[in-house]
Amino acid sequence: MKIIVLVKHVPDAQFDRHLTGEGYTTDRDESILSELDEYALEAALQLAEARGGAKAGNQVIALSMGPSGAVNAIKKALQIGATEGVHLTDDALAGSDAAATSLALAAAIRHLGSDAPVDLVLTGMASTDGETSLVPAQLAERLDLPQVTFASSLEVDGGRLTARRDADTSSETVEAPLPAVVSVTDQINEPRYPNFKGIIAAKRKSITTLSLADIGVDPAQVGHAGSWTSVLSAEERPPRTAGTIITDEGDAGIKLVDFLAAQKLL
Amino acid sequence: MAKVLVYIDNPGTSLKKSSLELLTLGRALGETAVALNGKLHDDVAAAFAEYGVGTVLLPSAEDLDDFLVAPKAAYLAAAAGQAGADIVLLDNSPEGKEIAARAGIRLNAGVITDVVAVDADGTAHKSVLAGSYNTACKAGTAVSVLTVKANNVVPEPAAAPAALETVTVEVPAVSAAARITAREQKVASGRPDLTDARIVVAGGRGLDGDFGPVEELADALGAAVGASRAATDAGWISHDAQVGQTGKTVSPQLYISAGISGAIQQKAGMQTAKVIVAVNKDAESPVFEIADFGIVGDLFDVLPQATAEIKKRKG
Repeated sequence: MKIIVLVKHVPDAQFDRHLTGEGYTTDRDESILSELDEYALEAALQLAEARGGAKAGNQVIALSMGPSGAVNAIKKALQIGATEGVHLTDDALAGSDAAATSLALAAAIRHLGSDAPVDLVLTGMASTDGETSLVPAQLAERLDLPQVTFASSLEVDGGRLTARRDADTSSETVEAPLPAVVSVTDQINEPRYPNFKGIIAAKRKSITTLSLADIGVDPAQVGHAGSWTSVLSAEERPPRTAGTIITDEGDAGIKLVDFLAAQKLL
Repeated sequence: MAKVLVYIDNPGTSLKKSSLELLTLGRALGETAVALNGKLHDDVAAAFAEYGVGTVLLPSAEDLDDFLVAPKAAYLAAAAGQAGADIVLLDNSPEGKEIAARAGIRLNAGVITDVVAVDADGTAHKSVLAGSYNTACKAGTAVSVLTVKANNVVPEPAAAPAALETVTVEVPAVSAAARITAREQKVASGRPDLTDARIVVAGGRGLDGDFGPVEELADALGAAVGASRAATDAGWISHDAQVGQTGKTVSPQLYISAGISGAIQQKAGMQTAKVIVAVNKDAESPVFEIADFGIVGDLFDVLPQATAEIKKRKG
């Protein structure tokens, strides 16, 4: 199988995150592989391994769009087990919204499928920074491929996939022919960690760099200029401050209810 | 005046509160029409008229529910074209966002999700990075597609009801769509929906497998039940209940956190709650840094005592 996994480098949510510069984009100085993308990568590796892995010609391509720092997300994916990396990078991409991002990624995916067709595009359920979940659906629309999003299980058999989706009020079984765009939830598997062998092996794996010219995208269609939405202003919310803290002396439950009553929350 | 199209999916026999909120918001922005998927029940038609909706668009096809997102998005885009809509409004559910995502591509329209307010000129307000920033965003395109979070508008009928007409929209053929081959309804809990609830009571590792005290307090308050990732990963409660970065984001009037340390992953999902109450044995828990009212104590004592007291006061 030829699987493309989309990986994104995002600011580490363990630290304070900031919007900076023209267009209020996220500051990626301390960036990591988006945690939710690890589930997509694991799903891809399991599918490839079940078919004999890289030795049998199965490809798991980690594709990331972004400035130089995005390479870190690709390297991490290679250490975990992706067979090759592709870095789509171009100054004109800065500030792309979901529509512009999906346009560029769709062109990159078509480019990567020009020698041998891509069977599956796998993504996480959302990025941990923008959190809009728009890109997988927009990719499916642009590539005219079946969309199977929020999959909590995924099986591929003879050119067809079956997935399970768990929503709040119902669970669905979904079927689609390949190729397809699939986003997976954090319930689908337990992602592996890179081991020493993986880290060493990653040094020998190739990362291909693609520019907009390589994939035939007009720079005016992406970035701040080509985006259909823009951020006009951003204000940091004042951090929450601690209120009253009491230690239970046998009547804290009553005091809790007193507090709710005083706040008119009962 | 702007033309606004509100997408409503399978309302059944009555409109949800979130749908009424969209209709109220739509009316504030311009002239509203509805793109409906599913049957138009008489009571729903009456509610549309009451909320000032002049036109209801209905799809030519009845099988949109058999496929995932794609044909619904194709229908909505066609409906927006037919209605000449400037602004398209949807709910902020995962499906609402994905229909918006794809309809946006079809309409060459900017899509903004997680919207909490919309100005008269179409500027949308939302909070980002787990509630740490408030931003104003705008689509520079002729049509804007906005998905609006629940509980940010007070539903209000129109001053004068509209005369309702229905129009059929030809659904464009979609070649590539995933088919839904089976659907199992989950057993309804009878509690409010976690994402929209006014009050949420959430439990974590400190519950040690027993969600009883959290559920009983939630029921006394008419609240939804939430959980930390530790609790859902341990299998103590369904994954649907998870509040946090990889779960749901909630902004209720009141969030009661019990036995949750309040690490960043949990904080990301609840720090925009109006009032936060925390109960935890460990006085050093980070949750106390953001709680309006904190109790250092054993939740197995505090929660049942509070539940009993609420029941007593409510009679």
